[in-house]
Amino acid sequence: MSNAEIILIAGMTAITFAIRYTLFAVGHRVRFSPLLSRALSYVPVAVLTAIVAPAMFMPDGEHWQLSFDNAYLFGGLAAIGIAAKWRNLLATIAGGMLVFVLWRWLFS
Amino acid sequence: MSSRFKQALLGARDTIPMLVGAAPFGIIFGTLAVSSGLSVAATLAMSIFVFAGSAQFIAASLIASGTGLAVILVTTFVVNLRHMLYSASLLPYVKHLPQRWRIPLAFWLTDETYAIVQNHYLRLQVPLKHKHWYFLGSCLAMYGNWVACTLIGVLLGSSLPGMAGWGLDFAMVATFIGIVVPSLRSRPMVVAALVAAAVALLAHTLPYKLGLILAALAGVVAGLVAEQLKGADRTGEVADEQR
Repeated sequence: MSNAEIILIAGMTAITFAIRYTLFAVGHRVRFSPLLSRALSYVPVAVLTAIVAPAMFMPDGEHWQLSFDNAYLFGGLAAIGIAAKWRNLLATIAGGMLVFVLWRWLFS
Repeated sequence: MSSRFKQALLGARDTIPMLVGAAPFGIIFGTLAVSSGLSVAATLAMSIFVFAGSAQFIAASLIASGTGLAVILVTTFVVNLRHMLYSASLLPYVKHLPQRWRIPLAFWLTDETYAIVQNHYLRLQVPLKHKHWYFLGSCLAMYGNWVACTLIGVLLGSSLPGMAGWGLDFAMVATFIGIVVPSLRSRPMVVAALVAAAVALLAHTLPYKLGLILAALAGVVAGLVAEQLKGADRTGEVADEQR
């Protein structure tokens, strides 16, 4: 490992751990207002959707890809359909991957 | 078998679907990082010490494009900020624990473990006493899986150089959809998701993944506003959908 790599990993480790630990560290002295607690209940849905939407509509990270050969879009739509109908995580992953792979194979 | 160990096993078992989703993601990280110019040791060290999938992925792609250290660190900070929101949400359940518990649970806190553990804590009929063992079980399963899959990716990447183009990263998309969709049980939740998606798409040109944080904040605010409007709409009715 080069020195630059050691600095990079040490920096990323410190930053990530600080973010995850700060509130846990002072936890017993923190109290959340009811508004903040309600706000926090929207966090997982908002964050994960904000990661998923661009991954489906712009898989290269830069350009809209609203076309029929976009397997990320159609695999994602299939996963949404499966998740809405059966609410089963494993089925969603397996079904979504299957549609994604087939779509890629058929259309690109 | 002690009930602590049982709780840890239960936590690991409930995390299995998340492991399936994270495995291809870890493998692709291993192949991608090495082809981005990171050494094998550094790739493994990143999974062992940083343990943050999306930040590691983004770091690998930034390294490939020759980005400097400062920008990678700022991006790591922005992309991982969501974990602070997770820790805030789990805080009521861990603040009675000593620091020797809080430190490892914080280190191992990920999207997947958060989703599983939060759901478990919400089921109030389970006594709080040994729930941190459940949390720990989920953490260890995710961590072992992530490090092992990174190693597999590194090994496969050197024998199958074309693997980075297989689209294994779609597994993460499918996993996150599988977490989000079943939780869209109230109208404010749906509003939060739609607004977050729209802002993420419109703000994707912002540098350092700031669009992600902006979209998350917009989604949270939209959810709160929708909740407020709904409350004003039918006062006196029990808000059965609030969860």
